[in-house]
Amino acid sequence: MSRACHIANIALSSDGYGMRASTRGVAPVSKFQSLRTTTLTLALVLAGGFASAASAADVTGAGASFVYPIMSKWSSDYAAATSKKVNYQSIGSGGGIAQIKAGTVDFGSSDAPMKPEELAKFGLAQFPSVIGGVVPVVNVPGIQAGAMKLDGPLLADIFLGKVTMWNDPRIVELNSGLQLPAKKITVLHRADGSGTTFNFVNYLGKVSPEWKTKVGEGTAVKWPTGIGGKGNEGVAAYVKQIAGGIGYVEMSYALQNKMTYTRMKNAAGNFIVPSDDSFQAAAASADWKNAKDFYLVMTNAPGEKSWPITATNFILMYKQPKNAAGAKNAKDFFTWAYANGDAAAKNLDYVPLPDALVQQIEGYWAQNLKY
Amino acid sequence: MSAIPLDIEALDTRSSRDGRADRSFKWLVGIAGVFVLVSLVAAALSMLWGGRLAFETFGFKFLWTDAWDPVNQQFGALVPIYGTLVTAFIAMLIAVPVSFGIAMFLTEVAPKWLRGPVGAAIELLAGIPSIIYGMWGLFVLVPVLSEHVYPWVDEHMGTWPFVGRFFAGPPIGLGMGTAGLVLSVMVIPFIASVMREVFLTVPGRLKESAYALGSTRWEVVWDVVLPYTRSAVIGGIFLGLGRALGETMAVTFVLGNAHELTTSLLMPGNSIAATIANEFSEADSEMYRSSLIALGFVLFLVTFVVLTVARLMLRQLKKREGT
Repeated sequence: MSRACHIANIALSSDGYGMRASTRGVAPVSKFQSLRTTTLTLALVLAGGFASAASAADVTGAGASFVYPIMSKWSSDYAAATSKKVNYQSIGSGGGIAQIKAGTVDFGSSDAPMKPEELAKFGLAQFPSVIGGVVPVVNVPGIQAGAMKLDGPLLADIFLGKVTMWNDPRIVELNSGLQLPAKKITVLHRADGSGTTFNFVNYLGKVSPEWKTKVGEGTAVKWPTGIGGKGNEGVAAYVKQIAGGIGYVEMSYALQNKMTYTRMKNAAGNFIVPSDDSFQAAAASADWKNAKDFYLVMTNAPGEKSWPITATNFILMYKQPKNAAGAKNAKDFFTWAYANGDAAAKNLDYVPLPDALVQQIEGYWAQNLKY
Repeated sequence: MSAIPLDIEALDTRSSRDGRADRSFKWLVGIAGVFVLVSLVAAALSMLWGGRLAFETFGFKFLWTDAWDPVNQQFGALVPIYGTLVTAFIAMLIAVPVSFGIAMFLTEVAPKWLRGPVGAAIELLAGIPSIIYGMWGLFVLVPVLSEHVYPWVDEHMGTWPFVGRFFAGPPIGLGMGTAGLVLSVMVIPFIASVMREVFLTVPGRLKESAYALGSTRWEVVWDVVLPYTRSAVIGGIFLGLGRALGETMAVTFVLGNAHELTTSLLMPGNSIAATIANEFSEADSEMYRSSLIALGFVLFLVTFVVLTVARLMLRQLKKREGT
């Protein structure tokens, strides 16, 4: 773990957290102590301007880029309402997990949940924040958004490189009304590790045994075929540019860039258009009651109207934090966000958590976050 | 009369003071020189240390396996090494002759009033951040290549014997060929402006005598200017090569970032620097992170080996010429 913390600190410092990293850093690490001190000193000098701003924040968080828009909206609204500052750094889900493990932030955030055993090992608690959806996007000449239908096994075979042409009989069979060109399919995926990828490949693993054994799931995987773009915006740019391309992005990116998303066949057998309603339907049909530490990946959710690749963002916090005041402030922030943040979330194409789930979360806090 | 011993005394103290100053100056520049070596070795060692988990687990196999599977914790550096070398090679293949042309034009051929502006433009090009080159590559170069150039390349050059496989492939526009092109544009200003500067240092008298003997402009540049400035020109080329090997951002935009081993220049690949930049922040296991740092060490080695081999080759060439 030592090296991980060391690196985490450097990354963090360059993001303007130099002050926090140095004052609250990680447990002493003998071998790297001197190197780390030097680096941190350097980082402090570099981060000089930011350091004071960062330490002025009442709550610091870091993690998934997926929730960055809503986190910044919530924190500005929260600051207006309570004059408390929340500083959220969008460094990716993996980074969020690393930062909270290192104890350099009050909360971390990740689009992939941590397993309950691992949470227990680090003394962490976990709960969902908002819900969104991952949508397949295509660039096929003449095809409008929402026109093309795909099902899970077919999507998996496209990403496995087994279905290579847009006029493949299997695609034609699902889309009898559409004029599909004899164009090569170019698969586009994330080049960086990503929570979006985690939810997408998790879904493919659920619907395709071959995907599960051959590729598996994770925030980064060994892609059997295709081209990698950096970030949601990278994938979106490539799909828009490459005729015959297919990729996957967060719903808001598809909408903002006016991209051609597809319909997907869900677990109940219906073809669903991605929308707030179908994400909400998936959230409502998910079995949160029996999910220990909310460990639940919402993909392939049951329910007539559920969007099959619905994703949840999770917040990670220490049960016994080193900085109790910061953790308490973070908890207050999320209490406020659940109560007052729904409209802002909807405006930004997220789906707020259902009320029953919020109640369950507050019960979970009462048990696990005693500050 | 008494002035002479006084003078000798003054000279004595002065010469000993000068000696002290000389010695301390020697020490100072010595330290500066050694500093480069020490920091080089320290950087290499710290990366070796960071990547020790990967090296211990995979051994030398790390260098020539093409696995890159974060799920199953299998890592090998072959694809990024290959991509780094190929893209840098393409870049140098284009950039060196073009830069030579630019430098020659600016010092020998161009009218006086044009030299200033063009020279300044070249230096300005060197100052453009690499991400701008990446965006230019993605949004301007890629569509042109994928619509007009690569379909032709695939159709006509893809069928050539032996070398055809380098040019056959889907005309996506992203890939090692494109990355090489963008890199060449990026390194041209470095090489060209160094070449221009050193070409200007050639004494006019040398060139004039060559002209007087009836040499053409080409002969003057090739037989007089180039031999006179050889080591500096090579230095400029190495500067460009170093940048081409380590360039990250621009390459990430147009390379395709796929961990697949492919001979085709039209297919996406990966480079060491792009892999590290893309995956480091989200590398979620010790082995993954360690493999990425190990990759950094490999980039170090690759750069070192490439530059050493290039130097040795040039030394051979020099010997053959007998200069």
